[in-house]
Amino acid sequence: MGPFFSIGLCPDRAGNPVSAVIAAGSKVVSIRGRIRDGDGQAVPDAVLEIWRANDRGEYAGSQDECDAGGVPSGFARIPTNELGEFEFATLKPGPTTGDNGEVHAPHLTVLIFMRGLLRHLVTRIYFSQDSANARDPVLGAVPEGRRATLMAQQIAGNENELRWDVYLQGDTETVFFEA
Amino acid sequence: MNSLPFFPKVPPGTQPQYLHPPYRSSLKRAPTKPLILLAGTVSERTGPIFGHAGVHVNDSDLTAQHEGPPAGERIVVSGTVLDEDGRPVRGALVEVWQANAAGRYRHKLDQHDAPLDANFDGCGRMITDSEGRYKFTSIKPGAYPWGNHHNAWRPAHIHFSLFGAGLLSRLVTQMYFPGDPLLEFDPIYNCVPDEKAKRRLISSFDWEHTTPGFALGYRFDIVLRGRESTPMER
Repeated sequence: MGPFFSIGLCPDRAGNPVSAVIAAGSKVVSIRGRIRDGDGQAVPDAVLEIWRANDRGEYAGSQDECDAGGVPSGFARIPTNELGEFEFATLKPGPTTGDNGEVHAPHLTVLIFMRGLLRHLVTRIYFSQDSANARDPVLGAVPEGRRATLMAQQIAGNENELRWDVYLQGDTETVFFEA
Repeated sequence: MNSLPFFPKVPPGTQPQYLHPPYRSSLKRAPTKPLILLAGTVSERTGPIFGHAGVHVNDSDLTAQHEGPPAGERIVVSGTVLDEDGRPVRGALVEVWQANAAGRYRHKLDQHDAPLDANFDGCGRMITDSEGRYKFTSIKPGAYPWGNHHNAWRPAHIHFSLFGAGLLSRLVTQMYFPGDPLLEFDPIYNCVPDEKAKRRLISSFDWEHTTPGFALGYRFDIVLRGRESTPMER
């Protein structure tokens, strides 16, 4: 997508439709981290798109409802800063239910865009302390040694302050999905 | 949740691989470990939802965002956004961004020694209509040099970002112009292995939207991933 996406995707202009908030409500968590490339260099020109269910595990229905409602839509777009860092606040989603009734542990879906990626990456953020992780079918498909890359970890034991770093390559390479 | 769309596998060769060595920036950013197969769950087959209240009619005229008109050759770009069944994707957000006529982006990191245009920001957005159509007015972007290799030039292009029926429809792509001699040398255009799929990135000259005394028309149709939830009975 090239280095100059911010003029199109993150315009600093009132009414930007995708600056929607994903926070609000009582169970708000803050998640921060950094994106690093294969040389360990921070990536200052990335954008993350986050999509999540609400605290009841339901996904928002329609654009019209969103315009009418004033409730958080569940979608947000966050660029990294010059240090490759991002930070956002979100309501913690509830567990979701799959087509066959299987329960998915609370998670955020994350799309990552940047110069050098000819198509975007797809990954997820889970909450490291959630007991539902043990039975999550998607985590179950990830080799055990790599699951930690999808876990937001509490900072200093604070359940509302989480850290999740992205490694594009290397031993600790983040798990990316082919969806 | 029966109404969620389906997302069949993408036909091989029609989308780029992450690692494409001729594009140098991919070397340190493309994943090196195997991707984990994710059968589309409700998380990817829904959304995203963000409302359309922030999109205004004049966001689709990139030549009318300032006091005066921008320099350059006026163009009208239009097309239809379809799903894999050929059905129009209605209410899809289309975002576009581009360089000005001299090949310069209004971005602090763009160091190309070409003039900025005080009358041109180079970004716009619109929502597809009930037949999946979009249309915007702009100026033809210039080609510009980049540091990928010796004497590297990007062909003129417009960046497109689209949201469709579900997260898996998400598409960020580039539209090119017909007959551009730089295309065959461009590692980004040439990242798509399938020749026919690659050509779909080139717009076509469009008499229908060529407006007498005003602008040349270009047509760029877009197919997003996904199909209706209920397969047609045959």
